[in-house]
Amino acid sequence: MKVSDLLKAVSLKAVVLDNPDAEIEGVYVGDLLSRAMSHLEKHNAWVTIMTNKNVVAVGSLSEVSCVILAEGTTLPPDAVEAARENRVNVLAADLPAYELCLALSDPLASKP
Amino acid sequence: MTEPLRFHYDVDGENFSSAGEASVALKQNLRKLGYSPEVIRKVSIAMYEGEINMVIHANGGVADVEITDDRITIILADKGPGIADVELAMQEGFSTARDNIRALGFGAGMGLPNMKKYTDDMKIDTEVGVGTTITMVVLL
Ligand SMILES: Nc1ncnc2c1ncn2[C@@H]1O[C@H](COP(=O)(O)OP(=O)(O)OP(=O)(O)O)[C@@H](O)[C@H]1O
Ligand SMILES: [Mg+2]
Repeated sequence: MKVSDLLKAVSLKAVVLDNPDAEIEGVYVGDLLSRAMSHLEKHNAWVTIMTNKNVVAVGSLSEVSCVILAEGTTLPPDAVEAARENRVNVLAADLPAYELCLALSDPLASKP
Repeated sequence: MTEPLRFHYDVDGENFSSAGEASVALKQNLRKLGYSPEVIRKVSIAMYEGEINMVIHANGGVADVEITDDRITIILADKGPGIADVELAMQEGFSTARDNIRALGFGAGMGLPNMKKYTDDMKIDTEVGVGTTITMVVLL
């Protein structure tokens, strides 16, 4: 499913959407950056509550299709800037990670 | 055999939150050179982990990347405290990162294991009180 389609299916805010056609394949949840780099697969949606510039770097290097900030967390301006520069999609949700993943599950499962 | 391509990056030890700039620059260079996404991903993640380690554990250092026909070699050299027990440091979960660093999301003790995971060869030369040089190879 494309990031742009996910935005229509789930209540999420687009913080940076430079690459709306990116395909999402799978989800990884976690806040420790090195663990994320170990387990993130290319084209994953990455759900995290960690919010600093390094999140953008890790998302970019791991080639995620989007970072989803859970639990109402927000990125500081320098991180938003970095996300734009590196064309990393960043979405935000008010839901905590578990509820967010439940909400993601059906839409992501229904579309190949 | 063509001349090896070389990139050199100075890694500043002061700034934790913007650390990773050398890896991002390397990634962009590799993109321009047309390497496959798989190679770029491996090289840039390994480089990023090493770069971050130099920033948070060794007050910065230098990164040299050499590209030949069959491999990309990354050499990270610092004059930090060195690693007393390399075998222990290589274990998943081992970390001496302080709380202010952990608050940024580092300190899982997965950096060195990731560097090994994403490269075809990795060598650590280190001496306590002198510094650390890590050489990683990704085969093309
Ligand atoms: N360049 C270095 N100089 C001195 N010590 C280092 C260096 N690199 C790693 N270490 C030591 O090895 C330990 C393990 O490193 P590793 O990268 O695996 O984990 P970390 O940096 O603590 O956390 P993470 O990488 O998961 O954010 C570090 O906590 C530190 O004690
Ligand atoms: Mg590390």
